[in-house]
Amino acid sequence: MQINSEEKDMLNGKFGKAIKKSMEIITTLGEIYGAKRLVKVSSVQVAGVSYENLGEAGLEFLDEMAADGRVRVLTTLNPAGMDLENWKYLGIDSEFAKNQIRVIEAFEKMGIISTCTCTPYFIGNIPRFGEHIAWSESSAVCYANSILGARTNREGGPSALAAALTGKTAEYGLHLDKHRIPELTVVVETKISKTYEFGALGKSIGDEVGGKIVYIKGIDDASIEELKSFCASIATYGGTPMFYMEGISPESKIIKIPKEKIKITKENIEKSINELNDESEVDFISIGCPHCSIKEIAKIADLLKGKKVNKELWITVARPIKEIADRMGYSKIIKSSGAKLACDTCCVVAPIKGRFKTLCTDSAKGCYYARGKNKFNTRLNSIEKCIEEALN
Amino acid sequence: MKLQGRRIYKGKALGKPIITNQNISFYGGVDPDTGVITEKGHELEGKSVAKKILAFPTGKGSTVGSYVLYRLKKNDKAPAAILNEKCDPIVAVGCIISEIPCIDGIDIKKISKDTFLEIDGDNATIKMKKAN
Repeated sequence: MQINSEEKDMLNGKFGKAIKKSMEIITTLGEIYGAKRLVKVSSVQVAGVSYENLGEAGLEFLDEMAADGRVRVLTTLNPAGMDLENWKYLGIDSEFAKNQIRVIEAFEKMGIISTCTCTPYFIGNIPRFGEHIAWSESSAVCYANSILGARTNREGGPSALAAALTGKTAEYGLHLDKHRIPELTVVVETKISKTYEFGALGKSIGDEVGGKIVYIKGIDDASIEELKSFCASIATYGGTPMFYMEGISPESKIIKIPKEKIKITKENIEKSINELNDESEVDFISIGCPHCSIKEIAKIADLLKGKKVNKELWITVARPIKEIADRMGYSKIIKSSGAKLACDTCCVVAPIKGRFKTLCTDSAKGCYYARGKNKFNTRLNSIEKCIEEALN
Repeated sequence: MKLQGRRIYKGKALGKPIITNQNISFYGGVDPDTGVITEKGHELEGKSVAKKILAFPTGKGSTVGSYVLYRLKKNDKAPAAILNEKCDPIVAVGCIISEIPCIDGIDIKKISKDTFLEIDGDNATIKMKKAN
C-alpha cells in the first residue's frame, strides 16, 4: 500500500500517540483487505458509546485517545446508554450515569459532536452522493450506502474513531465500484407498507441471503421512515452493508441487474412477523429504533392526545428532533399521556436487561437485541398497534 | 520448526499454545475479566486464553469484540499473542489497540499443542520448540 508523506508522519508519531495508533489501525485494515492507498473521508459516525458495552477498559482507551487526539472531520456519535439530561426517569442508576457521562466527555474532548443518535442523516451529518465516509452503526451504514449513495464500509467503533482523528480511511470494500456490485435479485411479490413490515422484509431477506449485496425489485414506494426501518433490519439479520432498491437507491439505474433471482412472498413476510411475536403479556413498548423522525413524533402525539398509557412506553429520538417536538407541543402531549420521550438512547443500548418481560415495538432490529441481549420476549407491530398496546 | 505468516501487529511473545479449529467471538464469547471462553458448545468453553498463544481460524461476531480484547489486556488476562489463518477486522483492531502481537496466514493445524512457541510479530515468524 502506498502512503504519502503526511500519512507516514502520522504513522511515525509526529502528530502524537492517538494519531499514530489511528494510522496503525487504518493501514493494517488496508493491508488485510488489499487497499492500494488511503482516501479522505468527509464525515464519521462513531458507535460504541454505551458504557454497558465499553466497560472501564473501553473508557480507558477513549481517554488515552482523547489525551492528544482531535477530530479532523465532522464526527457524530451513536446513542448512549441513557438520556444524558434526563436519565433518572428512565430508571438508570447513578453509578451507570456517572460512567456514561465520563464516556461522553472523552468523546467531546476529541471534538466529536455528542449527537447520540443512530440517525445522523436526520440532524446534519448527511453525506452527498459518492462521498467517502467512515461510519459505524450498521443501520446508518446501510442507509448511507443504499439510500444516499455515499460510500462506507461497516466500521467498528475504534476504526471509525481512527478515521475521525486522521480524516482518512483505507480504500477497500465499498469505497470501490467493483465491490458495490449486487450479486442477487430479490423480487418482492407482496405489498409492503408501514415500518414494521419493512422491518419484517429486512429480516426475510437478511435471513435468506446473509451479507450479500442484493438488488430489490417490487417496492413501488417507501417513506424515509420505512427505509430506515428496513436498513436497520437487513443489516441486523443479514449483516449486509448495502443494497439496491429499484427506483429508490440512486445507483439502482446504473447498475447491472443480477440474473440470479429469489422471491419474497406474503408467506415469507408473515413468517418473519410470526417469528418475532411471542405469546406473552407486553409490559414495555418502545418506538424509535432507529430514532424517530419528526413525522413519526407528530403521528405518535396524535395517537396519544388526551389519553393515558398504562404501560412503560419509550419514544426515542435525536435531541434536535425533540426540540422541534417541544415547540410544536408534541412533547407535552406525549408527556401528559405518561409516555417517556427520551433523547440520546434507545431500547437497544440502554442497560435494561431483566427490567421487562416483553417488548412491543415496530422495529425488527429492536426485537433482535431485545431477545439476544436483554432476554425479553417480543411483539412486532405497527406504530398504531404499539400505542394501542400501551393504552390498553 | 519455523512458520512464516503475515504481520498484523508487532511485538514478541513466548508461551504455550491454546488451539481451536472453531472461530472465536470475543464479544459475548470470552469473559473480559477472566479470559475464560464462555461461548456455549465451543470446544474451548471453560478454558482460559490468558497469557497463552491463542491460535484460531478467524474472528466472528460484533465489532465490540475489539474492546473485549482491550479489556482483557488491561485485566492482565489477554493472550500473549494471537495466530490466525485469516485475521478479521475485529481481532486486528483489538490487537492494535491492545498491543497484542498478532500474525495471520498461518496454517494452525501445523501447530502442535505440546510445544512452546516463540512469536516474533515484527517478522511474522513462529518458532516451535518441544515443551519441557
